[in-house]
Amino acid sequence: MNNRDSAQNGVQKSWLYRPENHKKLWWGFGLILAATVVVQLFVPVHGHFGFDGWFGFSAAFGFLSCALMVVFAKLLGYLLKRPDNYYDDDA
Amino acid sequence: MLELIFPPAFILILGAFLIGPIRAPLRPLIVLGTPLLTLYAIWQMGDGIQLTAQFLNYEIQLIESSPLRRLFATIFAIMAFVGGLFAFRQAKWWELAAAQAYAAGAIGVSFAGDLITMFLFWELMAIFSTVVVWCGGTEGARKAGIRYAIMHLVGGVLLKIGIEGVMVHTGSIEIQPIPLTNIDGWLILIGVLINAAAPPLSAWLADAYPESSPSGSVFLSAFTTKTAVLALILLFPGQQILIWIGLYMIFYGIIYALLENDMRRILAYSIVNQVGFMVCGIGIGTEMAINGASAHAFAHIIYKALLLMSAGSVLYMTGRRKCSELGGLYHSMPLTALCGIIGALAISAFPFTSGFISKSMISQSAADQHLMMVWLLLLAASAGVFLHAGIKFPWFVFFQKDSGLRPKDPPWNMRAAMVLLAAACILLGIFPEWLYRLLPYPVDYVPYTASHLLTQLQLLLFSGLAFFALLPLMRRTLTISLDFDWVYRRLILSLMNRLICLLSCLNTALRNASNRVFSIIWTYIGRHHGPEGMLARTWPTGSVVTWVVVLLTVFLLFSIY
Repeated sequence: MNNRDSAQNGVQKSWLYRPENHKKLWWGFGLILAATVVVQLFVPVHGHFGFDGWFGFSAAFGFLSCALMVVFAKLLGYLLKRPDNYYDDDA
Repeated sequence: MLELIFPPAFILILGAFLIGPIRAPLRPLIVLGTPLLTLYAIWQMGDGIQLTAQFLNYEIQLIESSPLRRLFATIFAIMAFVGGLFAFRQAKWWELAAAQAYAAGAIGVSFAGDLITMFLFWELMAIFSTVVVWCGGTEGARKAGIRYAIMHLVGGVLLKIGIEGVMVHTGSIEIQPIPLTNIDGWLILIGVLINAAAPPLSAWLADAYPESSPSGSVFLSAFTTKTAVLALILLFPGQQILIWIGLYMIFYGIIYALLENDMRRILAYSIVNQVGFMVCGIGIGTEMAINGASAHAFAHIIYKALLLMSAGSVLYMTGRRKCSELGGLYHSMPLTALCGIIGALAISAFPFTSGFISKSMISQSAADQHLMMVWLLLLAASAGVFLHAGIKFPWFVFFQKDSGLRPKDPPWNMRAAMVLLAAACILLGIFPEWLYRLLPYPVDYVPYTASHLLTQLQLLLFSGLAFFALLPLMRRTLTISLDFDWVYRRLILSLMNRLICLLSCLNTALRNASNRVFSIIWTYIGRHHGPEGMLARTWPTGSVVTWVVVLLTVFLLFSIY
């Protein structure tokens, strides 16, 4: 997603910034994510309240709560964000 | 028996006095030596009251030790040392001296056996932390320092009134749990909470810390908020209201950090977030929760200092502080990036880091008390920490786009300080019993179970997925976010300006009205007494003589008849 920056003086970009590698990175990340959920088939999770022992509960809860926080922050940003020189003329 | 007559805090105060006058080549000896000497003194002391003195007819207890107090004093002394190591070649000597006096205040509060001693060291911290903020050296730092000082002096005044109330009403200055049954207790609580950056007065932290020097923010992150945590544990354990204040702080920190662009301000908001976990634990108040809050304070000071050192190194080497101007630094600053990532993993409570073994005790205590809602919110917050500090900070500073900057890693002393703390983050994660042994209560908790490891990894990695999936929503903007400080930096100011405008309008109106009235009176008087006025006219001598003759004639006639 950051492949728009041009390489400096023709030097090749580092591995991380080459667009062809982005797909590999996402696949690798996806595999790790899947693994952490699949492992739950073999490792019993002892919940404190019952529902938290459900299959993939932590994964779903982590993703959803984070998505909620990001969206909430974005909306609040419309209300609270000001240019960063907002207070510069303070006495 | 040097320790018995010489409180650990005084060693640092002496050091602070010496740093200025001593010859420059010897300065590092004081900067690094006195914290180690202090650490030694801390561990030489037995439990209980060790030193008393007379002050204003009160017997004050300069030193009272216990495992809890020793734990906090230990980490404060360690931070004075590692912070000194990070700073001593780059920072000005007066910043180093102020930082030592500041650390002395924190250690003094840790061992304060009564409220008076606590208050004195509390104010010592307020004064010298302000100096540390000012050492940022910019106009922004000067102004932020003044706002910071005002906030802490207000907090100090509230605390003092509360303490005097307790002294008058109970006759005791002991440090012991204070009930919130009257105004005294509430004032003390508010005074302490201001230092913990609790709502609504939490904006001072994110306002002042990022204005300090690269090393200044490392010192600032360690002492003020964590002494407040210790004071809360000693004075208000198990106060239910703290659970909700803590939860508010946790989510406030996450949301504001998500909106922020200044890398050190992101970390400043995340201090509020982390202190929120501790405050929540103190509110739960069980032995497990207090252990968790104490352990988390210890672990947090280390990884937050590490994160701020990493950010401070970037600032020192590039002179830039905004995420929108940074990025891609991992290549040219590999060690700084690695240490930053280790700090980020630790704050996110990744397995095998210090955060994992400390934060989970607080969640566990919520579950043990069947506080389902609190537990769920803490769980969501743990995911949110990874989001706002764990990924956001390293991603935007060290990866993201290539900013074109090619700074090197910082000088050796800064690198050494970072490596020390990074090692501590990992070692505490692998050997939790090292920390558990120091906690105030016996620890009956096993952090490493397959179930805990798995759920934590799921939680964090899927938070990471949310971060990258929603990255477009988090595009960096050149903005700040309004906070409660808007009230005293803008609202009150604009109200005052309006009041001044109103008063000056009133002044003009009154002046005009009075001018008109006076001019009417003036004209009237002028008409009669002025040069042309009837009563002021010059009369000819002849007419006066005529009138005198008339008067004398009338008088003559009266006297005849």
